Amino acid sequence: MNLLKIDFAGRLITLITLAIAIVWAFPLYWAVITTLKPEFEVAQPGLNLLPKTWTLGAYTHVLTTTKIGQWYVNSVVVAVSVTVLVVMMGALCGYALSQLRFRGRTALWFTVLASFMVPIQALIVTHFVLMSQFGLINSWLGIVLPQLIVPVVVIVYKQFFDSVPKDFREAARVDGANEFDIFFRIYLPMNWGVTTALAIITFIGAWNAFLWPFLVSTADDTMTVTVGITMVKENFGVQYARNLAAAVLAALPVAIAYLVFQRRVTQAIMLSAGIKG
Amino acid sequence: MHTKSRDNWVAAAFVAPFVIAYLVLFLYPTVRMVILTFTDAPLIGAGKWIGFKNYQRLFNDKAYLSAVWNTGYFVLLTVIPNTLLGLVFAMMVNRQKGYVQSFILAAFFLPYILPVSVVYRIWEWMMDYQFGIAQHALDAFYGERVAVFRNKIWAMPMMAFVTIWWTIGFNVLLFIAGLRNISQDMYDASALDGAKRWKQFRYITWPLIWPVTALVLTIQLILQLKIFDQIYLLTLGGNVNNTMVLVQYIYKQAFQLNKGGYGATVAFSLFAIIVVVSVLQYQALRARPR
Repeated sequence: MNLLKIDFAGRLITLITLAIAIVWAFPLYWAVITTLKPEFEVAQPGLNLLPKTWTLGAYTHVLTTTKIGQWYVNSVVVAVSVTVLVVMMGALCGYALSQLRFRGRTALWFTVLASFMVPIQALIVTHFVLMSQFGLINSWLGIVLPQLIVPVVVIVYKQFFDSVPKDFREAARVDGANEFDIFFRIYLPMNWGVTTALAIITFIGAWNAFLWPFLVSTADDTMTVTVGITMVKENFGVQYARNLAAAVLAALPVAIAYLVFQRRVTQAIMLSAGIKG
Repeated sequence: MHTKSRDNWVAAAFVAPFVIAYLVLFLYPTVRMVILTFTDAPLIGAGKWIGFKNYQRLFNDKAYLSAVWNTGYFVLLTVIPNTLLGLVFAMMVNRQKGYVQSFILAAFFLPYILPVSVVYRIWEWMMDYQFGIAQHALDAFYGERVAVFRNKIWAMPMMAFVTIWWTIGFNVLLFIAGLRNISQDMYDASALDGAKRWKQFRYITWPLIWPVTALVLTIQLILQLKIFDQIYLLTLGGNVNNTMVLVQYIYKQAFQLNKGGYGATVAFSLFAIIVVVSVLQYQALRARPR
């Protein structure tokens, strides 16, 4: 009797869970399906779960009337540059902090830890001043540079390099390898998983970045796609299908990156929150 | 001695890229921000030294104080709900298996990887006064349609809701990792003793998951104090002053009104608030629940 009762409660919880999950995912479905409807259907009241007439009109409209192609190029260049630079700088610095003994090592480590406190958002004013002095407003480099400070990457690498057994290092030393060999041939290859995870999450973060790219790119030609799609304004008709089509295109790379590398994304999120997974 | 200095050079080569970027793009801008707060400089260009005038102005600036208030209100509406709901969702996901579990986790997590401007486009459409599908729900439960993001009372809670919808996946993931670290034996043993679901939660799950809860609360608090993107976007074209938050006020002063010095002062105050709040919270959360 008691067993039956528990099972019933369990099933109820499962049903509620499913219902909430469906409600939670609904806005995503609704946004995508709206882009496939013609304008008059978008304006129809009620819950029309499928288009009566399927159309890609909203997409062709966005592709032909906005600079989304250019924004895409900007986003790819910016996000890839940020990813490569952040991961490279983080790995090198993390290796030094973990394996090398040098003057100022402790000071550097505490500086990295302390920088968590300073909100990057508070630096927008001086970042803008600096970039304008460098003449980098409305340029790829201007969008990239202020996004390069990601101390957590250094910390994650240091933790992982700390846990590589010392035997590898000593064996390589005996064979006459220098620090660069040891780093590139042993420590980096042994931690490809971490590198992949950090690279994917950095890429997603850089692709999604809004505030700084929004401030530093004011010209139509230099915007990233994340900023660009908020600028599409139309003065006639129900523009939702078109706005959402632009949004779907903007989300495509990160959605694909997530679906392909799910496990890595999850791992990277744990790592950046300080949970070693 | 010789090898010692060679070691230093090798290390320097390894840390140089990060350290140079750090000095130029982080330390220098931070110092410069502090100096700017003592001047009346425009966004671009030099200004006069005016001592503490910007700070005095801060405390008499109604718009600033209201931005502090709005930020606090937003933090209140997001941090604890997002954390607790994250735990609830994580427990829900954790009970399921196989494909059902994957589907549910994906539903909760997918929004998190989207750019904020996509989230903005989705919810602008969902809540559209005339055509938005969610307005049917408002109609049914509340009795009338509301232009939620332009309404003084509805705007903040709705934006908090959108934020939770968008970011809860992150919390869910951390909680799932935490839940999986709790040994199943504990639950089995307590079940033998006849403990019900609630008791198991109260005396096993909650105390053992607390370190993760504290971590999520800390991350959330610091994150939400820095809120800008979704509030800026969702109130585009409306009355922005109702929901103006701190980062938005930095943006307004420095970039729209061209007051670099005062904008930097607001920014520095945000920095101070974040430091104070994180220290206080760290102290508060060190205590473990019984």
